[in-house]
Amino acid sequence: MTRRIEINPVTRIEGHAMISLHLDDAGLVQQAHLHVNQLRGFEQFCVGRPFYEMPALMARICGICPVSHLVAASKACDELLAVQVPPTATKLRRIMNLAQIIQSHALNFFHLSAPDLLLGMDSDPTQRNLFGLLQSHPERARDGIRLRQFGQQIIEQLGGKRIHPGWIVPGGVNEPLSKAHREQMLGMIPAALAIIERTLTWFPPLLDQFRAEIQTFGNFPSLFVGLANHQGTLEHYDGGIRVMDSAGNSIAQWLEPNHYADYIGEAVEPDSYLKSPYYKPLGYPDGMYRVGPLARLNLVDRCGTPRADAALTAFNARYPRPVLSSFLYHYARLIEIMYGIEQIELLLNDPDILSEHVRAFAEPNRSEGIGVSEAPRGTLIHHYRIDGQGLVTYANMIIASGNNNLAMNRGILQAARHFVHGTEIKEGMLNRVEAVIRAFDPCLSCSTHAAGAMPLHICLHAPDGRLLHELWRE
Amino acid sequence: MPSSVRVKTLRIDDLDVAGDEQQTIFDVAVEHAIPIPTLCHLDGLGAVGACRMCLVEVTSANQTRLQPACATPIEEGMQIVTNSPRLQEYRRMILELLFAEGNHVCAVCVSNGHCELQGLAQSLGMTHVRFPYHYPQRSVDASHRRFVVDHNRCILCTRCVRVCAEIEGAHTWDVMGASSQTQVITDLNQPWAEAETCTGCGKCIHVCPTGALFEKGYSVAEMHKRRQFLPYLRAMREREP
Repeated sequence: MTRRIEINPVTRIEGHAMISLHLDDAGLVQQAHLHVNQLRGFEQFCVGRPFYEMPALMARICGICPVSHLVAASKACDELLAVQVPPTATKLRRIMNLAQIIQSHALNFFHLSAPDLLLGMDSDPTQRNLFGLLQSHPERARDGIRLRQFGQQIIEQLGGKRIHPGWIVPGGVNEPLSKAHREQMLGMIPAALAIIERTLTWFPPLLDQFRAEIQTFGNFPSLFVGLANHQGTLEHYDGGIRVMDSAGNSIAQWLEPNHYADYIGEAVEPDSYLKSPYYKPLGYPDGMYRVGPLARLNLVDRCGTPRADAALTAFNARYPRPVLSSFLYHYARLIEIMYGIEQIELLLNDPDILSEHVRAFAEPNRSEGIGVSEAPRGTLIHHYRIDGQGLVTYANMIIASGNNNLAMNRGILQAARHFVHGTEIKEGMLNRVEAVIRAFDPCLSCSTHAAGAMPLHICLHAPDGRLLHELWRE
Repeated sequence: MPSSVRVKTLRIDDLDVAGDEQQTIFDVAVEHAIPIPTLCHLDGLGAVGACRMCLVEVTSANQTRLQPACATPIEEGMQIVTNSPRLQEYRRMILELLFAEGNHVCAVCVSNGHCELQGLAQSLGMTHVRFPYHYPQRSVDASHRRFVVDHNRCILCTRCVRVCAEIEGAHTWDVMGASSQTQVITDLNQPWAEAETCTGCGKCIHVCPTGALFEKGYSVAEMHKRRQFLPYLRAMREREP
């Protein structure tokens, strides 16, 4: 006799999802699935729209990481125009992309995951949220809010508003950076650096309390995929796709992003609207790979900025490469925040950053364009085709979180097998299953984002439909 | 003012005013800085009273009626109310119906932030749409090398039709169909690129109150319409040789 447990909805993630666990007679988990039960339809309803609309249209996929979509969509449109984006515009886009990564990482770490990390996986669920954190660890919570504010304010200084700025456009950006805004942004750097330094001091020792989670939260061999540059440092905007195996061997050093369809396939599972991308040469599902901050840190030789490099060295001294535990995505996010702040400072001090030549104009010169960038959660691909009038005829997107779909499912199974057993479910057991998902920080649909406020209803049913056990979290 | 012009006196919102008999209620209100919202009206173009946004309460000969201020000539002794709870409600309702019958997605529109429909919705306090959205299937014609018409955003104000006929003298634009199938067309409903009468002057683009007509190459919120040329062109056309 098998039983099925549903975790619906999964809380403190971005978007809507459900987890189902199947238990055997002995109460051991046999299967685990993540079901993303929402359909957005962006690839379909943008057909027929003028391609110039695509960056703003696609940015509406997400309220947390709209800039990532702006970047990838605009890069795809740059290709349709077949123009050379002015160097200053590229640098400005990089700054905004990094600011986006900082604020998104801060959101996941402090607002969504820190309640588990600082209050404990088994702590009172009514307190295990940002508000509980504000009461018990006000300084930590405040740091998170301030760090997120830093990223959001950089986006606002550049693009005029924090969410959905229309500033990144096909061909570049639509307004140069003013000296006053540059000074304001530079003025915010020291405080942001102090916060992340502080966090990188208290967080690593805390990991000693999570040895079981590190062992079981998606800790398995997989490929790692991400953008890489010729210097071997972190790259979030340009470069080629690098693929590494679980032993740390580079199995593809530089794949052209525009040829993604040659090496990335998208499988469809009947129980989820989220597709399952895989690395084609290894087939499905063996071609499972992970993207995002942990994958990026595994892939690069070094970060490329002094403080982040020091943090990466400390990270790898503790957890040698390649780091396989998905629980350590949290740590990787902090190192990337450090890198982002340092890199933004470098870019703002670039002698050309105030140049007024920030946009290239042209009529469309190609009928197909592909834009690839690194979003907070991993590699993001936008692919468009247009007709002779410039209207979109085809759009395909591989969203960063989607790349991790196979790995998330595998991680849920691993953690569920370790933590969930018996006929009686304890809330803390299921929270750990959810926390696996939080470690990956999937952005299932940020437009319907909820933070710790959604009720959780778990039912344990016998095959005949009999309710064996029920648990509510208000 | 020539001596043959007859002056009429009337009352608008408790203000005694006077105007030339050929003036509309709207013209006189503007002269006295009395605000009346408009949408299809545009200074320099003939009035059609298509949108009904400028409805005012007109009391004349002991009868009160709702009349479009832009298309109603003044009469002696008229009592006019330009702003009342009833008018506010009707104007909001008209706006809601306009939003419900088209596909107006401000967030991704080239005219976001510079759109007259959006501006009116804000200024008249339209907080939501009470009517079910129709989500009509409408086309986008981007065949013209420089311009695009997106029928999803068209509110049938006919400014494009009027500016093309009255100012440019080309009459490329006109209106086709009836009821929910009504749409503006170029020549005999040909793709814009094939409309031989179009001079490519771009006046229609700039008089369009929404993002229905726009120039290629603009992203969200980048299309600023420039309309200051209209009264000047009109004046030049009407000047005696």
